[in-house]
Amino acid sequence: MIESIKSFLGYFFVTGDPMIYGADASIALASIGIVVVLTYFKKWKWLWEEWLTTVDHKRIGIMYIIAALLMLFRGGVDALMMRTQLTLPNLHFLNSEHYNQVFTTHGTIMIIFVAMPFIFGLMNIAVPLQIGARDVAFPFLNALSFWLFFAGAMLFNLSFVIGGSPDAGWSGYAPFAGAELNPGVGQNYYVLGVQISGIGSLATGINFLVTIIKMRAPGMTLFKMPMFTWSILITSVIVVFAFPAFTVALALMTIDRLFGAHFFTIAAGGSPMLWANLFWFWGHPEVYIVLLPVFGIFSEVIATFAHKTLFGYAVMVWSMVAISVLSFITWLHHFFTMGNTAPVNAFFSVSTMLIAIPTGVKIFNWLFTLNKGRIEFTTPMLWALAFIPNFTIGGITGVMLAMAPADYQYHNSYFLVAHFHSTLIAGTVFGIFCGLHYWWPKMFGYLLDERKGKWSFWIFMISFNICFMPMYFLGLMGMTRRMYTYPAGLGWTPINIVITIGAFGMGLGFIIMAWNIIWSAIHGKRDTTGDPWGGRTLEWTTSSPAPEYNFAHIPEISTRDPLAAMKEGKTGDLRKSSKPYEPIHMPNNSGIPVIMSGFMFIAGFGFVFEWYWMGIPGLIGVVACMIARSFVYNDHHYIPVDEIEKTEAATGRLS
Amino acid sequence: MKNLITMIKPAILLLALPLITGCSDKIAVLNPQGPVARSQYHLIIWSLIMMSLVLAIVLILFVYVLARYGRKNSKGFDPNDTGNRKLEIVWMIIPVIICVLLAVPTVQTLYALNHPPKATATPAKLAGKTLTIDVTSVQWKWLFRYPDQKIETVNYAVIPAGTPVKFRLHAYDAMNAFWVPELGGQQYTMTDMPMKLWLQADKPGNYDGRSSNYSGRGFAHMTFTIMARNATDFDNWVNDVKQNKPALSLNGYKKLLQPDTVKPQAFSSYPKLAEKDLNKAQMQALEAGKSTKNDSMQGMKMDKNMDMDHNGKGGHHDD
Repeated sequence: MIESIKSFLGYFFVTGDPMIYGADASIALASIGIVVVLTYFKKWKWLWEEWLTTVDHKRIGIMYIIAALLMLFRGGVDALMMRTQLTLPNLHFLNSEHYNQVFTTHGTIMIIFVAMPFIFGLMNIAVPLQIGARDVAFPFLNALSFWLFFAGAMLFNLSFVIGGSPDAGWSGYAPFAGAELNPGVGQNYYVLGVQISGIGSLATGINFLVTIIKMRAPGMTLFKMPMFTWSILITSVIVVFAFPAFTVALALMTIDRLFGAHFFTIAAGGSPMLWANLFWFWGHPEVYIVLLPVFGIFSEVIATFAHKTLFGYAVMVWSMVAISVLSFITWLHHFFTMGNTAPVNAFFSVSTMLIAIPTGVKIFNWLFTLNKGRIEFTTPMLWALAFIPNFTIGGITGVMLAMAPADYQYHNSYFLVAHFHSTLIAGTVFGIFCGLHYWWPKMFGYLLDERKGKWSFWIFMISFNICFMPMYFLGLMGMTRRMYTYPAGLGWTPINIVITIGAFGMGLGFIIMAWNIIWSAIHGKRDTTGDPWGGRTLEWTTSSPAPEYNFAHIPEISTRDPLAAMKEGKTGDLRKSSKPYEPIHMPNNSGIPVIMSGFMFIAGFGFVFEWYWMGIPGLIGVVACMIARSFVYNDHHYIPVDEIEKTEAATGRLS
Repeated sequence: MKNLITMIKPAILLLALPLITGCSDKIAVLNPQGPVARSQYHLIIWSLIMMSLVLAIVLILFVYVLARYGRKNSKGFDPNDTGNRKLEIVWMIIPVIICVLLAVPTVQTLYALNHPPKATATPAKLAGKTLTIDVTSVQWKWLFRYPDQKIETVNYAVIPAGTPVKFRLHAYDAMNAFWVPELGGQQYTMTDMPMKLWLQADKPGNYDGRSSNYSGRGFAHMTFTIMARNATDFDNWVNDVKQNKPALSLNGYKKLLQPDTVKPQAFSSYPKLAEKDLNKAQMQALEAGKSTKNDSMQGMKMDKNMDMDHNGKGGHHDD
């Protein structure tokens, strides 16, 4: 009896590594700490009513960003562990199995649980405010999207201490990721954790597509929308078309692994290459799902701090549309080297190169927005400016990779690793940090400190270059990705040392940013005007933080950059209106999203261990929540006029 | 403007790349030792020149606008400068031209790589001759089978310099990629699709190869050496292996198919079964087929699949 319990515990918990025991202890301590603090300050009710059950897009956005920052910390620690291991040849800091798990979780977390939720957070905060709406089209679904993402992320992260992490790379290539070569629960965590959060992502795509199409303020035609809203509209379309392919691929892989089917297996005519096709049919558009929104952020920030309207607005929009279309016909460039015939590789080489054209056009339009401007070097602007040269390097190496015969030499080498980090860090990461500093006052009502912000920017940006520029050379020297160690004598050692120094520099930059957030929460300059930067778009007309209902009166729009036009005296005052207030119709909070996602987590955990006694009741719980929701008739309330008057008077907006 | 200098630095590094390569033969991709790698090298250098041009234009404009319109000394501030159709058309057409200049040689090289490189070995009797080697990746080793010489090596292969070598690539289990950077770019090895890769070495020498697609625990150690020798030395080596090395028994072969890392080795012959290029599932079915009745049905199904692989979708990739 005791023996069987022991063997179960050995299978259930990850054992044998002191670092993991450390993690176990710190997870337990942190959980106890949170419970104690919440109980001591009697905050449970506050947590439930104000946050866990909220359907307010601003709060959901904040929760997305907090979760993404925590995940960024974990993905970053993964990166530093890898870099420590690779600093010198033949190190034994991590063994092969452990290293393989770490690079897998690093990739998956950074894309699925950092880049996407961070962007979803920023769009939740900014899009409804930018289009003059009071919430998104489906506020309940929005909360459900967040909690599904959160359940998926927690499930995926649990693999670290319970059962063992996945180790087939973030792209989870068959047949290595299949049950034949990779038994155990690790890959189950991957397919189920990513699937659960993917359902949330798909719902977010639909939600924002409808929100932007249907809920714009009167007068705001499509071509009067702010560029960030445009980027989210296009991104939502990509999400809606790309995610189903991934959902299907993950479902098929789950059926392969759990029920012994043969979609991607070596045996019985399965096609491992089919996985590569389905994965990248989602995976390449995914790159633009995390890039187009930051193009939108940069457009807003560059226009704001150059004090000019965006140069070539229509071309900016159409180039994003072109990118979104092209993004669906380039997926094969991720496996030029999988035996495709010359005509196939030729087609995908050319289609990939074509993406450089609209992207190049955007770069020049940003440069010409700066031209004849009056450039103000604030922290968000520094991130946006640094994006231009750094991302261009990622872009041109992308064109080099697009040339299939040359790609035969770059593929899977550190040249590739350098390229996609150049685009994803200089693009997505710089972009989300830019957006974070830019919209922070709108979220919390105070500004992040500029001095500390600039320190973190310079340290992070310079370290990023120290870290990733040498990788191009390393790749040309023949070092491939996902090697847990390398022999001495190949000339790789000095370059690897430099890369590790750069990686820790980026860690330092991130710590300064975290310190800035904590410091500014106490000492940060308050934003009393609602417009700390001299903004141009609607979100800066309301107070900071925005009231629950966003706008006491829905603004009427007659031009692009309505706030800039108002400041130039071209239109009337958007902040005050002489019309009397009317009660505002708002959605009710609901506990169902968080409970339903809890059931989803239970179901996912059950299926990971193939414990159907746990997985099936979990799914029944999910369905029960859906049924319960369909019987909720009282799902809205009205904010009375006197409350609106009180809120507006407090920010000096009562007319 | 100290800020700007740190921003341009990576670009300078990248532009200095061709200079650095002049001093070092450690950068394998930029040190081509055969016609395939050389054609790819030419493409890489051509794209690097074009792309450096693009980067230079972006950086010059970037530095110019920041220096000129940075807030404190911004003269000529013009908030109404909101677009310029002519300029926008210019920077749409220039990238199109650059894409054409890159796409044409790309497609040419792609089609050229389908054919064997031109042999450069000197003796006239070698003209038009090629060598075929069957490569199988197994977790975590490389098997090289010489179908004409009837010998087998593990983790190294000897080839005649100046002669085109056709590597036929298979995987026994996980996907891997076969990459010898100094001789040419890589191809994957897969269980469901045999593929070919032409490579040729200019002159005798040892060229490092490694798997470039992650395949599990021993992946980092999945290296091999391609040893190019002149024609006489190659023939001598084949004879030496045939006479002095042990035969690869069926059991020895099955042992090699277990997931593990092994030392380089050579065998004077290989079992008949090896020629079938079975994958792991087919091999397991074959083994099981002998023991129980139930599984032999499975085995029969496997055989059918195998035929499909060889006659059907595999066919056009092979030649």
